Amino acid sequence: MTRRWLTAVVVAVVVVVAGAWALTRGLEFLMRPATEAHAPATEPQQPSTVPHITATLFYTSEDGRYLVPVRREVPLAEGTVEQGKQIMLAQLEPATAPLVSAIPTGTTLRAFYVTDRGEAYVDLSPEASTMHPGGSAAELLTVYAIVNAVTANLPAIMRVQILLDGKEVDTLAGHMDLRRPLQRNESLVQPEG
Amino acid sequence: MRRLPFPLAFIAALVTGALLLAQGTPPPAPLVLVSRDGRRPVPTTMLSGQELIALDDVANLFQVSVREDALAGGVTVGYKGRTIVLSSDQPMASVNGQVVALPAPAVHAGRRWLVPVEFLSRALAPIYDSKIELRRASRLLIVGDLRVPRVVARIESPGPPTRVTVEATPAATVTVAQDGPRLMARVDADAIDPTVPTAGAGLVEQIRAGDQPGTLVVQLRGGAGTPRTTIGSFDGGTRATIDVPAAGAPESVSAPPPPPLSTDPLPPFAASRPVLQTIVIDPGHGGDDSGVKGPNGTLEKQVTLDVGRRARTLIETRLGIRVILSRDEDRRVRLDERAAVANNSKADLFISLHANAALVPTVSGAEVFALGLDREGEEARRSAQTDSVALPVLGGGTRLIDVIRWDMAQAAHIEESSVLASMLEEELRTRVPMGPRPLQQAPQRVLVGANMPAALVEMGYLTSAPQEKQLTSVEFQTALTQALYEVVLRFRTYLEGRR
Repeated sequence: MTRRWLTAVVVAVVVVVAGAWALTRGLEFLMRPATEAHAPATEPQQPSTVPHITATLFYTSEDGRYLVPVRREVPLAEGTVEQGKQIMLAQLEPATAPLVSAIPTGTTLRAFYVTDRGEAYVDLSPEASTMHPGGSAAELLTVYAIVNAVTANLPAIMRVQILLDGKEVDTLAGHMDLRRPLQRNESLVQPEG
Repeated sequence: MRRLPFPLAFIAALVTGALLLAQGTPPPAPLVLVSRDGRRPVPTTMLSGQELIALDDVANLFQVSVREDALAGGVTVGYKGRTIVLSSDQPMASVNGQVVALPAPAVHAGRRWLVPVEFLSRALAPIYDSKIELRRASRLLIVGDLRVPRVVARIESPGPPTRVTVEATPAATVTVAQDGPRLMARVDADAIDPTVPTAGAGLVEQIRAGDQPGTLVVQLRGGAGTPRTTIGSFDGGTRATIDVPAAGAPESVSAPPPPPLSTDPLPPFAASRPVLQTIVIDPGHGGDDSGVKGPNGTLEKQVTLDVGRRARTLIETRLGIRVILSRDEDRRVRLDERAAVANNSKADLFISLHANAALVPTVSGAEVFALGLDREGEEARRSAQTDSVALPVLGGGTRLIDVIRWDMAQAAHIEESSVLASMLEEELRTRVPMGPRPLQQAPQRVLVGANMPAALVEMGYLTSAPQEKQLTSVEFQTALTQALYEVVLRFRTYLEGRR
């Protein structure tokens, strides 16, 4: 009985220590991208111990008409969900001038998850709607900056549904139907070059 | 009965005397009672701008009892056990216990009680066996279930050809016959409530009410040729359009005058056809949802309502097509409700009006959207084309009913909506500047549930200061309205061609 008890204690200690180590590393891992995402894509990246991937993010063009694809370094993460979070965190960062962010300032990521049908759910804070200027054109660019960013970088994801504050919504600003997952839209994207 | 003290009695006598003097003012025109028994004038009097009728006369006309309650300072009107209690203190009446407002209190003048004429329609009508309708503007008091359509005659353009319209609301059979230099428009009704222009114009010398009941006379000037009459209908009414050419003019010379909102030639009047009877125009946003706000404070919800109202007037007036606005006031309407308005009224066309926004203030121009379908939408469309359900019907047998998901109703109309959107883009392009993507497909939420051809128009970018100024101008709104009008005409032709 005593030996069994001792074994249980040892196992528990090992689990706690391992968990604490994983949590510390995990937090460190999660915190880094936020600071790195501020760096413009054109600037040389700071040396980092965290591996990165080159992701394509989408911003409004200088003339306000298109989505411009921009390559940015985004921390590598394990699995589609974690990588999706990293991509969205980077996408929500302010754009580098002269580009303009298609997503209202102050919008944050609440959650990101995927289904086994290849659909991703991007749960945003209410600012995505409350701070939106309205209009079909601006709303189109907002919606497809998100849908395109997720689908362009996560091959397993075919469609994206945007949620607000954890709930399904009709639209962001009265126009684009968000009740179902949306496919990527290349027609809004300005060709690279 | 307690007698009034002398000073009070004296004051009451003075007031009564003053009222009696005041009620000497006759009304500008007599009120005419119209019933199955014919027409008869009703005596009324003006007091402080208020038209009053004596309860004695009401008692004679409507067989009601009038009983004064001196203690309470009021009067009770009785009819078949139902009562109306009036007081000289309050501008209201208690009708079978229900309080109704009157424009003024009852007036006790000498032995008579006088009440505002609105008493008849507001207080007496609810307890009376027959319908009582007071039309103050036309000085008619209609008693009983009579057909007394409002008949409005207008000289639309002096020409030549001079165009006269005679509109009867609600709908009634209208015939026009020529008798020498006169045209007689006859409305099949118990009586008519006519409004005629004060002066003639062009080849029409005068339009007046006819001597026979239910008729209007159009007196033609010398030099008038043989008139041509078209009978059509519009929302809730019947319209006769009479074109009077100059004598000797060939029949083909009947080019109608341009509409007042445009320099474009007006297409010939055509009676509404079943192919396109009802249109829903959807002014975007509203209420606490202002939509886009321009740099100078212009709100999208106001611009869309302004243009929607203009379009309704133009299309209804010129084409006789019923136009319903999904909102005709500043109120929030849910997106589903907008499509439901169109579906429930079996509209043949749905056009949603919006003003756009860009993140960069230099973007401007109009853009047109049709619904873009994703995979799920395509499945719904295929399903709509192939699926039908046999439902039993009364009397035996079955009937095939097309089935489509309610939230995907637009999927069955994608092709026609695409044609509609193209027409909108073409007509707008000739009148207003177009945006960077003039014609697009997108998952527009408001279009999804519309079970008819549908499109959304972003009329311009409110985030552009110059365009904000345009969008609020009469000229720009008129150009937009004219484009919508032309699209309705073209789309009707397109639908007729598909039959």
